[in-house]
This record gives sequence, structure tokens and C-alpha cells, in this order.
Amino acid sequence: MKKSIQYLCIGLVLTFLYAPILILVFYSFTNATMIGATRGFSLHNYQTLFGTPELQAMIFGTLLLALLVAILSTLLGTAGAIGAFYSKKHTRGVLEMANEIPVVNADVVTGFSMCILMIAIFKVSKETYIPLIVGQTALCTPFVYLSVMPRLKQMDGQLYEAALDLGCKPFQALFKVVLPQIVPGILSGFMMAVTLSLDDYFVATYTKPATFDTISTYVVNATKGSQTSIKTALWALSAIIFVIVVVVVLDMNWRAGKKHE
Amino acid sequence: MISVNAKRCQHRSGADHEVIIYENRMETKVKKSYFSRKQLMIPYAVFLCFFVVLPLFVVLYYAFTNGDGNVSIHNFVRFFQNSKAIGTLVYSLAVALLTTLFCLLLAYPAAYFMAKGVFRKNHTFLMLFVLPMWINFTLRITAMKEILSLVEGNLAMHPFLNTIICMVYDFLPFMILPLYNTIVRLDDSLLEAAHDLGATKRQTFFKVVLPLSIPGIISGITMVFLPSMTNYVVLDMVYNSTYIMGSLIGSYFSAYDWHNGSVISIILLVIILLITLISDKFTGQSANERQGGAIL
Repeated sequence: MKKSIQYLCIGLVLTFLYAPILILVFYSFTNATMIGATRGFSLHNYQTLFGTPELQAMIFGTLLLALLVAILSTLLGTAGAIGAFYSKKHTRGVLEMANEIPVVNADVVTGFSMCILMIAIFKVSKETYIPLIVGQTALCTPFVYLSVMPRLKQMDGQLYEAALDLGCKPFQALFKVVLPQIVPGILSGFMMAVTLSLDDYFVATYTKPATFDTISTYVVNATKGSQTSIKTALWALSAIIFVIVVVVVLDMNWRAGKKHE
Repeated sequence: MISVNAKRCQHRSGADHEVIIYENRMETKVKKSYFSRKQLMIPYAVFLCFFVVLPLFVVLYYAFTNGDGNVSIHNFVRFFQNSKAIGTLVYSLAVALLTTLFCLLLAYPAAYFMAKGVFRKNHTFLMLFVLPMWINFTLRITAMKEILSLVEGNLAMHPFLNTIICMVYDFLPFMILPLYNTIVRLDDSLLEAAHDLGATKRQTFFKVVLPLSIPGIISGITMVFLPSMTNYVVLDMVYNSTYIMGSLIGSYFSAYDWHNGSVISIILLVIILLITLISDKFTGQSANERQGGAIL
């Protein structure tokens, strides 16, 4: 295949993926109320974003939720993976089948079923935040499990035994020998959980308290509403998130590349 | 020293060290306070039982009962007799099929050129393609929506087209990743062999490369097809007032009609099950490995 065609193809797909975001980033620095209008440079979107208590509460709430859910998922998923790794094949198979359910299931179904479970069976009010946290944890934990398990399989199993022979208690051996070997898996699982929680709309919308909004649910409501200043302030939020994601991903990529060398 | 060695043998043979416990009752009592690695699984196993498996049974219960709590399949009969509901099912399938098709058409060449073409094994380019996955999808759809309204003037003019564009935009990275992972593992010597045996480039592609990338195509399809059947937020955001399967759950939910909402959930679950079975057959690997590969 000719090189020019290849460049063209990759270029077109990348344009499709990035043009909307980049244009939005550009317009977030203007006082335009819609894309295409030519207006002057302005930071008022950023001022609105950081000056509106409602928006701040929403962003802070989303981040706090993502962090909490990610910590819970990482603890559950890592412990689960270690336990399953040392269990019988049959037990592990059953666990992995259940683990697979939230991964393949539609998020709408996960959210909807979690909601009726909580309300009808456990009688837990959505205002307690428990359904939201449990729901998102159920969504994220399988991915932590799936990123920790391959690391356990690659691990040198004899080191654990060596630690026991040298007088370590099993618990010590686990913390000082097994855990350090699977840290990369745990970290990438944690990152996955954070991203999934930040990205989640469906579980949140079915399980969240009425007065609480995550970025996703807020954006969906804001696009239906007519408040232009909020709408354009969200452009600024997109720009900030875009920059953060680019920095984090490039940094991870750079570190991975360095390790390869 | 001997006991230490005995223990070690137990480890080597693959048995957990707690096996010894059962030899002696006294010892059991002492060693019960011992911590076992297997026990770490218990919290997650309990969590899965209560918050992943149990919800499915609750949905199953609601789908097969009526308001009085009597078992009936009436809810399902009503769904399949309702022409509107069937229309929704067909519409969602059409949206999902088209989205998957366009994702595949855009993603395959890109993934192929990155894996085997000019950008051969260039990790930065792969990162560029996957990076949008990490940005909140509602914000990305907002961006696409702004562009579309700039181009078209009025979004309500082409609701179906806009839905497909936004869906493809949303799910494209999820198609590229599995395709790339499959094609990049394709052995170069196979391509050389085909060339040596006189195959043209076109023949090599259609008879060697494409058949061997089927596992990647299938897992890409599983990652795009189902979400595009259920992601009704995209439709909402581009003012497409038509329903897809996901929106049905949403509207039944708002009307506190959990029985019919559960029926839709069960229908979706059956579709998921079918897709998973088909894809496992094609790819010959468990869904676990597939996902593990997709995580990077």
C-alpha cells in the first residue's frame, strides 16, 4: 500500500477523533456562545467554572466518588485476585464467571438492577449514597481483578515460599514479597477504576441521590437546559480534562518506553 | 529442619500449606488463627454474590412476575405483541449494526497501518488512538454535537445520521484496540510465505491477513455492538427522540414499572449471552483473556 494513502487514512481517523475536542478547547478561550462564532479571547468560561459553587460541588463530588470507588475496588479486586490465584481451579472459575458479568453486561442493566436490588430487597435509600458507591464498585472491581490476575500469573511463585522458609509469617510474606511484584497491575487497575467511575453515566443515574450530580449526569442535563454560561463553562472543563488526560497518558507511555529500553 | 522441608514439598506439589492442618485436630485449633491466602477471596466473593449475581435474580424475578407477585410470562408476551416495542428492538439493532460496521471500516485500516504499515509498532500512535477513551464520553459527545450543529445548522434535521456519527465517534477507540492487538501479533513470515508462493498483495490480504484477524474483529464487535444498542444518552444529546433498548429501560424506570424494565433487561442479557457465546467460539479464548488484552 502506498505510503501516502496510509498517512491519509491515519490522518483522517485522527482528525475525526481529535478535531471536535480541539475545536472545543480553542473555543473555551473565547467569549463565543456557540462554535463557529468569531469572538475575542476571554477566560470567562474558566472564571465561571471555578466561580460557580454548583459546578465546583459537582466536580469535587465526582472526583471524591471516583477516588472512593477506586480505592474500594482496588482493595476488593486485588484481595480477590490473590485469593482466587491460590484457590482451586474450580473455585476460581466460578469467581471469574461472576467477575465477567459486569464486564459484558450493559451498564443500563447493571444500574437498573442495582437500583431495584437496593430499593426493593435491601430497602436502602438512594440518599445514603450507598447504592451509588456499591453500584460503581461493582462496575469497576472486575477490571481491577482482570489487571491484577495476569501479574500474579507472571510472578515468581517460589519467592513466597522462600520468604516462609526464611521465617516470614504468611501475612508478612504476602505484603513484602507478593504485593511488590503485582504493584503495576494494582496501579493500572486503580487507574482503570478511576476512569470508569469518572466516565460512568448509567449506574450513577440509576443509583445517585436526587441532589447529587456526577460530571456525566450533570453534562447530560446541562445540554438539555438553556443556560448558555453553564454550557460554555463545560467547554472549559472539557479542555482541562483533555489536558490532564494527555499529560497522564503521555507520561505513562514515556515511562513504559523507558522501561522497554 | 525436616518439618520445614516437608512443608516445602507441600508447596512445590502445588498444595497450600494449610493442608497440613487436617492431619491433627489439635493442630487445627492452633493453626486456625493462621492467615490463609485463599481467604482473601472471601470479601470479593461475598460482594459478587450480593451485588452482581443477586441483582440479576431480582431482575429475573420482576420480569417473570406481575404486579400481584404471581409468576407469569405475560410481560414477555406483551413485549413481543407490541409493535412499538418490536420497532424499538429493530431500530436499536439497526443503530448498533451501522455503528459497528462504520467503526470496523474506519478502525481496520488504521489498526492495520499501525501494526504492519508505515507506523509499524509505533506505540505513540496507538496511544493517540486510545487516548479519547479516557475522556468522559458525555463531554466528547458534547464536542461532536457542537461541530455537527455548526455543519448542519439544525441538529433535528438528521437525527439518525447524527446518532450514528456520535456513536462511531464514541466507540471507535474500543474497536481499534482489539484489532491492533490481533494484527500486531500476526507473524510476518506468513506474509512473506504468501508472497514467495506467488500471491499478490491483494490475495495475501484477503486470504491470509483478514482471516487471521477475525478474533480481533469479533472482540471489537462485542465491545461496540452492545453499548451502541443501549447507550441512549447519545440519542438524548443529539435530540433524537426515537427509542433504543436502553431508553426503554429508562422510561419504564421513570414510570416505576420495574416489571417491564426487567423484561427489557432480560432481553438484553440474552443478546449479550448470545454475542459472548459466538465470540468465544470464534476467538477460542475466554472473555477474561480478551478483556485482559484490551486493558493494555
